[in-house]
Amino acid sequence: MKMDTNNQRESEPTPDVVANYTSTKKVWRWLFISSAAFLIAWVLFPIYLLVVSALSSADVVNGWPKSFIPEFDLETMTFFMNYYGVLAALKNSLVAAAFTMIISIGLGTPAGYALARFDFWGKEAFRMIILLTRAFPMPLLALPLAVIFIQVGLDDTLFGLSLVHASLALPFAVLITASLFLGIPVELEEAAWVLGCNRWQAFYKVVMPLALPGLTASAVFAFVISWNEVFAAAVLTINNQTLTAFLVQSLSASPAEVKFAGGLILILPALLFLYVVRKYLFSMWGISNR
Amino acid sequence: MSKKAYPYVLIMPSVLFLLAFFVYPFLQVFAQAFTHSEGGLTIAHFETIFYDFNFLPSLKNTLLLALVVVPAQLCLAIGMALMISKMEKGRDTVLYVWTIPLGISDLAAGIIWLGLLDQNGFINSFLFHVGIIDEAQSWLNYQNPWAIFAAIVFAEIWRATAILLVILVSGIGLIPKEYYEAAEIFGANAWVRLWKVTLPLLRPSLQTALILRTLLAFEVFAVVMILGGSNMPVLMGEAYNWAFSYRDAGAAAAYAVVILVLSLLFTLFYLRVLRVPKEAQI
Amino acid sequence: MIKKIIAPILLSSTIASMSALAQEVIFYSTQANPLKEADAMRNDVLSGFSGKVQFLPQEAGPFFSRIEAEARAKSVSLGVLGALHGHFPQINSTLDGIDDVINDLPAVQANNALSNLGKLGGAEQKYIPWMQATYIMAASKKALPYLPSGADVNALTYEELAQWGENLKKATGKPKLGFPAGEKGLMHRFLQGYLYPSFTNSVVTDFRGDDAKSMWKWFQKLWVNVNPRSTAYNLMQEPLLTGEVWVAFDHTARLKEAFDQKPDDFVAFPAPSAKAGRGFMPVIAGLAIPAGTPDRAASVELIRYLSEPEVQIKTLKATGFYPVVDVELPADLPANVRIAGKAIALQANSSDALPSMLPVGLGSLNGQFNKIYKDTFQQIVLRNADVDRILDRQAKQLKRIMNESKAPCWAPDKASAGACPVK
Repeated sequence: MKMDTNNQRESEPTPDVVANYTSTKKVWRWLFISSAAFLIAWVLFPIYLLVVSALSSADVVNGWPKSFIPEFDLETMTFFMNYYGVLAALKNSLVAAAFTMIISIGLGTPAGYALARFDFWGKEAFRMIILLTRAFPMPLLALPLAVIFIQVGLDDTLFGLSLVHASLALPFAVLITASLFLGIPVELEEAAWVLGCNRWQAFYKVVMPLALPGLTASAVFAFVISWNEVFAAAVLTINNQTLTAFLVQSLSASPAEVKFAGGLILILPALLFLYVVRKYLFSMWGISNR
Repeated sequence: MSKKAYPYVLIMPSVLFLLAFFVYPFLQVFAQAFTHSEGGLTIAHFETIFYDFNFLPSLKNTLLLALVVVPAQLCLAIGMALMISKMEKGRDTVLYVWTIPLGISDLAAGIIWLGLLDQNGFINSFLFHVGIIDEAQSWLNYQNPWAIFAAIVFAEIWRATAILLVILVSGIGLIPKEYYEAAEIFGANAWVRLWKVTLPLLRPSLQTALILRTLLAFEVFAVVMILGGSNMPVLMGEAYNWAFSYRDAGAAAAYAVVILVLSLLFTLFYLRVLRVPKEAQI
Repeated sequence: MIKKIIAPILLSSTIASMSALAQEVIFYSTQANPLKEADAMRNDVLSGFSGKVQFLPQEAGPFFSRIEAEARAKSVSLGVLGALHGHFPQINSTLDGIDDVINDLPAVQANNALSNLGKLGGAEQKYIPWMQATYIMAASKKALPYLPSGADVNALTYEELAQWGENLKKATGKPKLGFPAGEKGLMHRFLQGYLYPSFTNSVVTDFRGDDAKSMWKWFQKLWVNVNPRSTAYNLMQEPLLTGEVWVAFDHTARLKEAFDQKPDDFVAFPAPSAKAGRGFMPVIAGLAIPAGTPDRAASVELIRYLSEPEVQIKTLKATGFYPVVDVELPADLPANVRIAGKAIALQANSSDALPSMLPVGLGSLNGQFNKIYKDTFQQIVLRNADVDRILDRQAKQLKRIMNESKAPCWAPDKASAGACPVK
């Protein structure tokens, strides 16, 4: 269909063809909007239902059939808000996530740049080691890590925990930035060198702004990885537990209404964070808008 | 500083970091998989897990899930990324909504989907309200392994497609518009442009996204445990059980090594298939 | 630049946690883990303690990892460990001997059978009994009219239970029996402490005897009337409350919410009996002190506090676990204790009562011992494998575990000189 319209555009348009063209365009437009709307609903509806469950009394959560409108029973949510240590744990989670973002981007960006711009001996080995960090179950690594941390005094600190989280987020940071730097023409940098920038200035002034969406994506991953990581957080912290370590361990043994309310509390801060950074995912919208 | 040293200087911090916080503990666990409790090399731990009832089912379930979920997510994510790039209004709002599941842990996702699919859940309630069923139906049970499988697939697609999406969206923005304009001048339709321009130029991002997503798919656990129960074993769940329920660190490490080997094989496969030839780089 | 920001925070958080260590006892526990129980532990039970205590409930995985890591690093921060009898053998080497503590607690020591379990098969006391519970049956009152004629719910037999399940399925069209056979469910306890003793008067020795074979075949048949979602049930209170299941077996603390939320809708009753008697099994939670704890005197003080009769009653109210010391129970108990308490008494005092002891001496193989029963159940009942073949194979594994651990038999198996034999 599209092919036809493209070919016919060259020839003298007859009224019939024009009508045909606009109607195919309309169909496409309609298809586009409706599938976007469907995908939005697909993501949001389950979350909406979680909110409905979280704002319902135990009776309704266990009841049948379920209503799709929340009854706004705040008892379970209030229980959480008053639960000992929730606020401190929330703060700990945010601090750990912030450290994780700083460490993983700080370490990952140079490494990603190296992977994208240079050919060097050991490149593939480096890439594999980076990936392996995500191919090995964290719960098993937590024990040897905890032993080291206790010995060097990093135990029960948020900084120590974020080091572990950063090692989980690092593959994302390295590979995402590498694939983006690959997409940024090296000629842009070379032009900057010609104009008198040194390698660092060219990177900082030319490449970085273009790579900002990718850096944001890495930051997003670092945040959510740190936010959602349970096991290392549970083993490596005692007095400084993160919200996830604090709640998740107890959720599975709790009754249904507590599970739903706890689930909502766990995802809300992450949703807020995503909302705040969303526009940086595009900030420069590539070089295509030149 | 010689030019040759640049890359090593750039990767040095992350190498040192990983040596301390990943490689060192990793080697300890890795060694555990091949050593006796009294020391000395052994493959006894692998015999233990291979002889176990749940090894083959867990291997099968994990592989099957990855093979169904990851390609479906890839297609969906490419479609979504293209739609995002075509949008004029509300682009960042739509992207925000589509990336929301990124912030949802697998445990929370399991809780959400159980709330939908459970016997007393929302889907049954909906069918009841519109009069299709008369009472709550239980179909998410071990006698319907395919229903459980489908439920897990849906939940995983819902939860983890955003990982691919974010990587692809940030990559797609870097494709110069001139390429499309040129393609259009030569009469390429949207389909041809997708296959001849977008996907080839997106290859680095596709590779990254696929590798990361596949590695994570081999560690699927919480969603399966909540939706599937104990008769739907997966590798990661077995590793966890051997470590903390059966308390056999060697066998647990052996499971971890199995996961590692699978991940390595798939990563090498993607690296080969989606290799970005030097001359094809922009 | 970044260093300037991080360093002070890093420093302050380290100092804050170090100073916190010096003054409070960290009470690390796999028990009272559900949020509401943890809340009640902090607000109602531990608030009366004279020292400072931080209650940290944790799942078994991180619990074990943390304790092992501290022991290996030779730097302990934990003060008191609260866990089940079955957890302690696996961290036995990290525990301090606490003969001095048990000798100082005559009320706890008085119950010899219980306090001896805390020696974990050795000479030294390793944990102090903290609280106890058991497993019982619960049913929705809607199920009672379908009891087989002549059956007394308080003196049920397994044959009658099967008939009941069948009646329920006929009447409702659905399997209404339920068992906690999920990943974190306690199904293996049903096999070890209830089915095996009741049918075979044994749990290890006659693992694959003729009685065991007919028991498994009976269980296969019963399973037709069991809700197939059972493989995902971890706590039976949930399906009971939603009405998916009308008759269920579980740990009293895992039925608690059902009785508390809907006290008028549910009844509790003793587990059924079969030809060898009415098998049942206790749950014992204990308190231990890790070797090298920062302030041993404070830890001992906390254990002493938790063993006081009034505190034991507060613990009962908070967790649904019963006291281990002799104490008069007050009238104002939560619904779950009133309802379950009656069934527990009936179960223990029934004429055909057949109490099982807890395994002692399995050491770190405790988890694999449970796995034998879980796997056998999964193969025979869920996957319909051949009974003889599976029992033969699993008996070999069981024999290996017994020989490796050299654990002697425990009731109802007859006492053995060395490792408990598997026929």
